[in-house]
Amino acid sequence: MSDTIHEFTTTIPHWQPRVKPIKLDEATPEQLDALKVTPSNTKVSDYVLVLANDVETLKVRTPLFNAIMYNRGGMSRAEREIGATAASVVNRCVYCAAVHASRYNQLAKDEEVMKRIFAKGEDADLDPRQSAILRFATRLSKAPSEASESDMQALREAGLNDEEILDLILSASLFGWANRLMHTLGDPVAKQD
Amino acid sequence: MSGISLNDVVIAQAGIEPGTPVHHALEGRADVMEMTQATHDAALKPNDPGGLSHALRAALAARIARLNDDEALAEHYDGLVGEAGATEEITDIADPRAPAPSDGWLAAVVAYTDLVAARPRDTQAGDIKALKAAGVSDADIVRLSELNAFLAYQIRVIAGLKLMRGAK
Repeated sequence: MSDTIHEFTTTIPHWQPRVKPIKLDEATPEQLDALKVTPSNTKVSDYVLVLANDVETLKVRTPLFNAIMYNRGGMSRAEREIGATAASVVNRCVYCAAVHASRYNQLAKDEEVMKRIFAKGEDADLDPRQSAILRFATRLSKAPSEASESDMQALREAGLNDEEILDLILSASLFGWANRLMHTLGDPVAKQD
Repeated sequence: MSGISLNDVVIAQAGIEPGTPVHHALEGRADVMEMTQATHDAALKPNDPGGLSHALRAALAARIARLNDDEALAEHYDGLVGEAGATEEITDIADPRAPAPSDGWLAAVVAYTDLVAARPRDTQAGDIKALKAAGVSDADIVRLSELNAFLAYQIRVIAGLKLMRGAK
């Protein structure tokens, strides 16, 4: 029995599934296609092997995820990671928060922002633009959403244009999705190796 | 190719009209909008629904929308419930105020949905164990989670776009 991690961290844990991953040697052609398994790339994470149980959704979700987080233009990749992390903090997905906070740290070459978000959540002391982004993404992630006209106004006052605001809505919303898979279908545990 | 479809559920629900700034911004993310519609279709009307019929998926989606105070989206899903020819037992699931099924497979599925829709942070290993104990297969647990997870995304994209266009 491994120890589940409950506190936010930028050290990426191991993800231990609560349901059975599919077996790669029993995968259907459709599953192999969705998993993008090629002879030169047969290393697939347990998370993706769990999701392959619903191959029709996985097949369309993976490219959607990549488009929202990595498409050119619009909001910077680092700021999209703030949206992703804000959602993950609301939904307490320790694994997602670790992955996306550490990705932010790499992109922004800064560790202070995520340290503050992990410590104080929505009330973290950040610069005005980051505060507006964090607040909007946090409130949109509540269930039901608590994002308001004044939160939207704050984004515009902080200088975000329509393309950036759209990317923020998409990245925060996407983690409403991702958190509900990662946090419910498995546990973040300390790496054994 | 370019352009977005006004028939997409998210765009129709958010009330986005051509020529507006939000429509223009969405056109820059036409690929994302197209894939968003594709995930709607995969979660609601998959070719292989497993143990979760199209009728049940639509009823759960309507329920999740209502738990998130989005009545208009719930009515979209009520339409799918009707199209799928749902039984009365399944139709009732669309309304969170109606008595929930009290035991067995369906009760476990509805209880899990209510938890993940409203309090995902509180989910624990025991919640997945409860589904298994009620006879929900591993593959159906993943299908149910994806349906819930997709709805969480869709509801928030709609809410965000409405705020962006200044809807009250």
